[in-house]
Amino acid sequence: MSNLVIEVKGLTKYFGKRCVVDNLALHVERGQIYGFLGPNGSGKTTTIRMLCGLLTPDAGQGQCLGYNILTQSDQIKRQVGYMTQKFTLYEDLTIHENLDFVARIYGMSRRRVRVSQSLEQLGLTERANQLAGSLSGGWKQRLALAACLLHEPQLLLLDEPTAGVDPKARRDFWEQIHQLSAQGITTLVSTHYMDEAERCHRLAYLAYGNLLVNGTVQEVIDHSGLTVWTVMGDNLWKLQAQLKSLPGLEQVVPFGNLLHLIGQDTDLLQASIAPLMTNSPYEWQLSKPTLEDVFISLMGHAQDHSL
Amino acid sequence: MIKFSLFRWWAIVIKEFIQMRRDRLSFGMMVGIPLMQLILFGFAINSDPKHLPTAVLIANHSVFSRTLTHALENSGYFQLVKIAQNEEEVNRLLALGQVQFVLTIPNDFARQLIRKEHPVLLLEADATDPAATSNALGTLNILIQNVFDRDLVGHLQHLRGKPPAVELRIHRKYNPDGITQYNVVPGLMGVILTMTMIMITALAMTREKERGTMENLLATPARPLEVMLGKIIPYILIGYIQITIILLVSRFFFQVPMLGSLKLLYGIAILFIAANLSVGITFSTLAKNQLQAVQMAFFFFLPSLLLSGFMFPFRGMPHWAQNIGEVLPLTHFLRLVRGILLKGNGWEDSVPEIIPIVIFMTVVILLGVLRYRKTLD
Ligand SMILES: Nc1ncnc2c1ncn2[C@@H]1O[C@H](COP(=O)(O)OP(=O)(O)O)[C@@H](O)[C@H]1O
Ligand SMILES: [Mg+2]
Repeated sequence: MSNLVIEVKGLTKYFGKRCVVDNLALHVERGQIYGFLGPNGSGKTTTIRMLCGLLTPDAGQGQCLGYNILTQSDQIKRQVGYMTQKFTLYEDLTIHENLDFVARIYGMSRRRVRVSQSLEQLGLTERANQLAGSLSGGWKQRLALAACLLHEPQLLLLDEPTAGVDPKARRDFWEQIHQLSAQGITTLVSTHYMDEAERCHRLAYLAYGNLLVNGTVQEVIDHSGLTVWTVMGDNLWKLQAQLKSLPGLEQVVPFGNLLHLIGQDTDLLQASIAPLMTNSPYEWQLSKPTLEDVFISLMGHAQDHSL
Repeated sequence: MIKFSLFRWWAIVIKEFIQMRRDRLSFGMMVGIPLMQLILFGFAINSDPKHLPTAVLIANHSVFSRTLTHALENSGYFQLVKIAQNEEEVNRLLALGQVQFVLTIPNDFARQLIRKEHPVLLLEADATDPAATSNALGTLNILIQNVFDRDLVGHLQHLRGKPPAVELRIHRKYNPDGITQYNVVPGLMGVILTMTMIMITALAMTREKERGTMENLLATPARPLEVMLGKIIPYILIGYIQITIILLVSRFFFQVPMLGSLKLLYGIAILFIAANLSVGITFSTLAKNQLQAVQMAFFFFLPSLLLSGFMFPFRGMPHWAQNIGEVLPLTHFLRLVRGILLKGNGWEDSVPEIIPIVIFMTVVILLGVLRYRKTLD
């Protein structure tokens, strides 16, 4: 098998007349943690579903774990661990019963041992007989992850696995993903959190079904070609009002008592804000764009395109 | 005082109308159910069944036997479908339900009649469903009084009038006392099974869809037939519990006779249960949510109830309604249960009713598997 665990191109999906995923190409290498970012409704879930055979693409081709995504979804399903965006284990089964069900469906050998090992790793041995529906959000996510790891898949497709989970649980979660990555298990994970995006080996940013950029965190930032001015001070809202519709200034993003002024054209931006900088009560500083700046800018552009 | 706001009230009215229009199936049901009931009750159901299939066993051909068979047909209640050759055939025809009546014209009939010996005409009736036969029997009783008047001419004229020249003896077979419960209680077994089996399985798969657990299930290697049959098994068990309860109540509460083999009944029941479950599962692959599933189940249940011969005598319905009825598993199961319990039918008598159930089930499961989506498209 080649070193590419996911290799698809031209992936396209329509819902009715709407194109939800448009001519998408994706390459993910073995052992990589690949971050999937983009605003709500940009087609992340749809793409993941097409990769594991839950949706049939309207166009496109490729392989996943060496199997054709169009014709061999049965084989793909056996080696993929898919964690859905919503909790989709059985709320009316207990934790143990859920894991046992999964183990049986995948026809696992040494089922009992592996289920109880999984419960132990989860730290849920004591609560194994509790209904899954009675777990809190964070625990549900952990259980779902444990369930999709149970059959020892080669590829994990995780759809917003940490949405609504507390920071400690999120850190534990990412530690586990990195451990799995070290064992050669590949992960495609969608997220809205910037700190999580920064923990991925590679990123792809999706908006309105289009893949806008992909690469390592550094590549994505460098490739953006953005200029960012950071403004510091009190009563920044007064300044914000003056910044409306200045040429070259594409986005103004408040971060607590900071403002990020983002633009593509360095000179034009500088010219526009120069008058404001003279005798300014604020502190102005030219800084490096963060990943978040890049994504906010990308999102702004994408919206313009979609209109 | 609670203030009633017309604006708010109107806002709700509008919203409800919009939602009602969007919910096509509910809307269709609201229109469809009364229509269906009107048609079924108005046209299909006739508690005065006519043209009931009748066989005759004629041991003595004469002008009288011809007159009699003509008169039977002219009455509108009897339709001659068979000339039986012997007693054995008579019994078989009745056991299989191929005829409702058999009229036997005995040896020596004509001579005895002429000699004023009041020969006996034997009419055997399948009285499992008393409602199906009562009017026909009443008519025959009147008809027999003067059916031969036209033939009794000349020196035979004195035979006319009272008492009638022949004696009519009626054998109500299988349910001699005409007890309605004997017919209804075994029938209820089929009705209850149809209703619960379809309803719970129709809900089973839609529940997965509605709760989102379907997505997880689809992402596993589980195959459609595995999922469908896996869901059917537990409910078969429930079906058997229902059968047992109904049989116990029938036996000890209504004293329904149980002439045939209960083993046979239990064995056959699995086919009927499975047929209904397959309908339920197939509905649930079609329904978008649990409400739709219930609506579909109801839509299937209503004709089953009305056209199977449970509510009204099957032979009282027009042909188109009988044809629909013949497709429904309940129709055949009713005949099977009544046959086994009341007539003591065995395996061979049951086969003709088993085959249509098996065909129905196969077609429906096939539809279900074809409709089952392995994807979320
Ligand atoms: N089954 C479906 N039918 C119709 N539209 C859908 C369906 N699933 C998703 N969509 C639409 O496709 C778009 C992309 O959805 P999704 O892939 O869930 O985005 P994301 O996961 O990035 O938030 C959304 O606008 C959503 O409304
Ligand atoms: Mg999503």
